[in-house]
Amino acid sequence: MLIKIPRSSDCQASEITPESLYLSRRDVLGASLAGIAVGALPGLASAGESSRYADVAPGAPPQWFSDKLGAARWQAVTVKDEAITPFKDATHYNNFYEFGTDKGDPAANAGSLKTEPWSLVVDGEVAKPGRYALEDFVRPYQLEERIYRLRCVEAWSMVIPWLGFTLADVLKQVQPTSKARYLRFETLHDPKVMPGQRSSFALIDWPYVEGLRLDEAMNPLAILAVGMYGRELPNQNGAPLRLVVPWKYGFKSIKSIVRISLVAEQPKTTWESLAPTEYGFYANVNPNVDHPRWTQTRERRLPSGLFSPNVRDTLMFNGYGDEVASLYSGLDLRKNY
Amino acid sequence: MRYPWLRLAIFLLGCLFPAWWLYEAAMNLLGPDPGKILVDRLGLGALIFLLITLSMTPLQRLTGWSGWIVVRRQLGLWCFAYIVLHMTAYMVFILGLDWGQLGVELRKRPYIIVGVLGFIGLLALAVTSNRYSQRRLGARWKKLHKLVYLILGLGLLHFLWIVRSDLKEWAIYASIGAALLALRIPAVWRRVPRLMGGRGRVV
Repeated sequence: MLIKIPRSSDCQASEITPESLYLSRRDVLGASLAGIAVGALPGLASAGESSRYADVAPGAPPQWFSDKLGAARWQAVTVKDEAITPFKDATHYNNFYEFGTDKGDPAANAGSLKTEPWSLVVDGEVAKPGRYALEDFVRPYQLEERIYRLRCVEAWSMVIPWLGFTLADVLKQVQPTSKARYLRFETLHDPKVMPGQRSSFALIDWPYVEGLRLDEAMNPLAILAVGMYGRELPNQNGAPLRLVVPWKYGFKSIKSIVRISLVAEQPKTTWESLAPTEYGFYANVNPNVDHPRWTQTRERRLPSGLFSPNVRDTLMFNGYGDEVASLYSGLDLRKNY
Repeated sequence: MRYPWLRLAIFLLGCLFPAWWLYEAAMNLLGPDPGKILVDRLGLGALIFLLITLSMTPLQRLTGWSGWIVVRRQLGLWCFAYIVLHMTAYMVFILGLDWGQLGVELRKRPYIIVGVLGFIGLLALAVTSNRYSQRRLGARWKKLHKLVYLILGLGLLHFLWIVRSDLKEWAIYASIGAALLALRIPAVWRRVPRLMGGRGRVV
């Protein structure tokens, strides 16, 4: 199964493959799985949304989020034969260096982050630049649940049910100009609430910056997420708005976004600037290209217990090759890691 | 045997940490990736034991108390034991007992190579740590055991190459290590005061 993705040079909004068309391919499969899932949960329709998954800590959702949740398309994208990572693990084992470098630091420290009100700047090569209140920014989009594998560059992985909308839909709204070739994303810079940004030993030049090629951003797998596990994003997972690009290493999926710029040149991203021999701009999950300091052929699917280590082979493009491989035809992935 | 209780206390302390960590892992208190945490803690534990070992001689000089030297060998052996556990945990939890991959890592990763060199050094010191070897090697024994300074350097380099973005923790251990090495410079060593009067003290 091969999905043709438009090249960046001819990426007009009018030419985007309708998402419904793309997704319907999976509906046959997804619907049967969803049927089983719904069948197993008779009280689902009336149950609170946060009870879709076991042991989910209830959030304090903003009004706009609760309003949107009712119309969400559940299980729009699912993974086959893979267990969803427990909520506790997905929220207490995080890399979010703004809140500290230990895996438990973000959960411990991110409570200080104030996500309401939140404003987002869209600028650069777009017909409709602007500063949006988050609730206005998300208004046009229907939430979709997408269950994606997440593969960290550190060789661990999870499976997470995100709630969000496609980046392609956002681009349709803001209308990139013909000069736009890349997207540049920026995380909040606020040393007062982000202890990691105060550390004088940190090698990172804040704010955290990530980027995508325009055609990568147009790929239907790329989403902006506002929730996970049927609730709003916990702060440590990148509230209130984050990127999710499941075929790339986790650090590409930038958190707590305050700015999205459409630009002509490839943006200088944080990890690439810090260690260009270790982290590339593309950062596609690739078992054949090692990180210089460790192998990428295997991963620890978490939870990986002491007495039941869960080590498995890493898949090319994290298993999303059918959807994204054509983006990189003709590109030497050993050089463009 | 002098200071039996001190020796026993250090022995129990050395056992206590890995036992406590295993208990934490069994109780699911280490989060979803306990293997990685154990690898990190054992490596750091070995470095801490090495730094403590290296501070025994300066402490003896400062205080004049001979108990420091009595436990020095045991502390060094604990460093070795933690490194053995560190490598075992790495093999089981990180590489999933894939020995072929270990061969690749040994050839390709500078930080693994440096770590293994440090281990070989520790192994040499551990097997010659007994009285029999001390007698057999005579004056060469002391020379051989100066390797410990090189091992500390290798260990710190191994640690530095694992750091991803925040140097603070590494900088703390590296500066302690540097201070302990600086003390060995004869010109510095001569200036270390004998605070408690030293051996010649009259009671």
